[in-house]
Amino acid sequence: MKYFFLIWTALFRSKTRTSLTLFSVVAAFLLFELLDSVRVAFNSGGNVTGADRMIVMSRLSITQMLPYRLLPQVQATPGVSRTEFAAWFGGIYQDPKNFFPNFSVSPGYFEMYPEYVIDPVQLEAWKANRTGAIVGQSLAERHGWKIGDTIPLEATIFPNSDGTNNWPLTLVGTFRLADEKRRGEERQLYFHWEYFDEANQYTNGLVGWYVVKLESANQASRVARAIDAISLNSNHETKTQTEQAFNQAFARQLGDIGLIVTAIMAAVFFTLLLLTGNTMTQAVRERIPELAVLKTLGFTNGTVLTLLLVESILLIVLGGMIGLGLAALVVPVIGAASNGMIALPGLQPETWLLGLGLMVAIGIVVGALPARRAMRLRIVDALAGR
Amino acid sequence: MNKPWLINLVSLLALVAGLAAWIYLPWYGVLVLALLLAAWLLTTRTGRLSLAAARIGVASLPQRWGASSVIIVGIAGVVGVLVAMLAMGAGFAATLQQTGNDDTAIILRGGSQAETNSVITRDQVPLLSTLPGLRKDAQGRAIISPELSQVVNLPTASTGEDANAQFRGVSEAAWSIRPKVQMVQGRKFESGVRELVVGQGAMGQYRGLDLGKTVKLGNQDWTVVGVFASGDAHESELWTDIETLSSAYERRAYQSVTVALDGAAGFEQLTAALEADPRLKLDALTTRDYYTRQSTGLTTIIRILGIVIGSIMAIGAVFGALNTMYAAVAGRAREIATMRAIGFRGTPVVMAVMLETMLLALLGGLLGGLLAWLIFNGYSVATLSANFSQVVFQFKVSPELLWTGLKWALGIGLIGGLFPALRAARLPVTEALRAT
Repeated sequence: MKYFFLIWTALFRSKTRTSLTLFSVVAAFLLFELLDSVRVAFNSGGNVTGADRMIVMSRLSITQMLPYRLLPQVQATPGVSRTEFAAWFGGIYQDPKNFFPNFSVSPGYFEMYPEYVIDPVQLEAWKANRTGAIVGQSLAERHGWKIGDTIPLEATIFPNSDGTNNWPLTLVGTFRLADEKRRGEERQLYFHWEYFDEANQYTNGLVGWYVVKLESANQASRVARAIDAISLNSNHETKTQTEQAFNQAFARQLGDIGLIVTAIMAAVFFTLLLLTGNTMTQAVRERIPELAVLKTLGFTNGTVLTLLLVESILLIVLGGMIGLGLAALVVPVIGAASNGMIALPGLQPETWLLGLGLMVAIGIVVGALPARRAMRLRIVDALAGR
Repeated sequence: MNKPWLINLVSLLALVAGLAAWIYLPWYGVLVLALLLAAWLLTTRTGRLSLAAARIGVASLPQRWGASSVIIVGIAGVVGVLVAMLAMGAGFAATLQQTGNDDTAIILRGGSQAETNSVITRDQVPLLSTLPGLRKDAQGRAIISPELSQVVNLPTASTGEDANAQFRGVSEAAWSIRPKVQMVQGRKFESGVRELVVGQGAMGQYRGLDLGKTVKLGNQDWTVVGVFASGDAHESELWTDIETLSSAYERRAYQSVTVALDGAAGFEQLTAALEADPRLKLDALTTRDYYTRQSTGLTTIIRILGIVIGSIMAIGAVFGALNTMYAAVAGRAREIATMRAIGFRGTPVVMAVMLETMLLALLGGLLGGLLAWLIFNGYSVATLSANFSQVVFQFKVSPELLWTGLKWALGIGLIGGLFPALRAARLPVTEALRAT
């Protein structure tokens, strides 16, 4: 620590070079953070709260519906503590560009999802109102909906029994998600499956999928087999998987986001290594006489090596931290600018840690060669400029 | 010369304006600029001096390969990532847009965005076949194909995880409506038996779709009897007979009707007739329009992402280039001062540094473009389409994209070279000559 001032001064010996290098590091880590939050947004399906929930859907495909009459049998499966269900509605509000997911669900659906925070009074009001709807807070804010408003949802798949596509719903409550990472899920609308089932022309007694709560999360595979056995060889075979597996499989179908992110970051960090490596080499080459003086004064080889390594780590950590800080400012701006369409999660502690780890690792790799060179300097040669 | 910050500011503003113009400059504009530059370099005295000065700089390049490679690799990284991202968007757009044309139209239920959401009842189909604007076959019947597309789960070849595949039931007319769809192996399916044909893309994307194999979809077994190629989005699909599919999955209604149009006016006649008939609450779109709409959303997102990522990387690369060129100018301070002392003016010195940077940038751009082309051209990926099923498409590294990449490279080189060049021209000759 007593050498900190020495290292700091050495780092800013050539202001132009150091600040230019710093800016490159800032750009690299800004990109790292942005890409990583995209990755997190895509993979956030896997989280701890949902570990004991399973999704029962049609084996044939997600668009195929399941009979409502399976409910008692699924509920009776040993290991199942609660069963709810939902169906995709696919309605639009005013314009297809305003897309948000909307579902019809069973009355007890929200008890299944404690992470969706709803005022109990509003929840009761919803249960009592046949055409009532509950939406996420961000969605309500985006369209300026207030409790009591009528939301004229327009069907794209299921016409109403009067032959039109109009499904006017009454907004009776909103929910919030406590977890910053999952704020994107606030862009959803829920209404009663009972109303959906009675009032639509095409389906009768069909649900989209069942959500099953397990008595214990480690029974998942046994319960899944038992549920799938109920409908085996019928024309509505089911496929039961944990909610986590279901969400991840879905995200993966959009494309291998992880691979794209990794490929870009590899290109970026490779370039960064070269760039900062070059800077450090220059820095050491310029300072050879100074380093020789340090050694003459009695600094050991080890100390000189440490000084230079710390300098290179400091350079990267400084730039990296600015980059991550900048990303923390930019991410909410992106969210706001896209009207909540792109809901990137805020900075995660894991990302900070991963970033910090990367910074230190890059700092060491970059500093190693120049520092070794400085360590091996022979005082006489260096002072003589040979 | 005694107000460097003012000159820097003016150059910065000029640069921003210049860069904006540069990105939008068409190829012939660039050609004219390049010719003008070449003419100036070869014919005027200052130009020839610049060339001579640049030659000295380039000759000393091998001594600083380490530092110069920062520019090349940095710019290659930017161009490679940018071109790859844009190629992904272009490939997706091309695959979907090729699927449609202006000679055929798709009819969906009013308000549906995609086939998945649409329902067309059986009694509507005879009405549709009497509408004007449809092409007729030799027997005088309208060429129309009522279709049903079912999403089915199939394990992917790469991971074995289930993915959504599109299983389309078509009628006989579908083959003449889509002449691009050609059988490459086996034969067409027969109606009444559970047989299907698979697209080449689907065959590569999913497990167990080889010729002669039996596939279990839901609780039913289907036999793969043929493989087709079409070079568009249909290649990601499985096809079978419409009636077989409807009975297998108990779907009484159709989802869409694809029709062949009668000449250029056909589409207008068809839409007018649809609007006039109150029994048919249906929308008609040319297939080109339909598939273009399906591609625009994702294509725009990919393009914006590519440009944002490219820009951030470009900023990083600019600082890298600035750093290297400042170091190069500082390292050659004595040499440059000598040149100035023996009569080289400001312009040739500036031009020399600029030319050198641009040369390195060009190398970087070429390298990045080449890498993107080698690694990604034709690289096959799949994503979810508007129909909730997977579309397989290939990255398409086109000459236009490589050209865009080169323009970015030269733009980065321009900024990275300009400020060090100005510093070189402003070096105080006497002091620099005394530098060690």
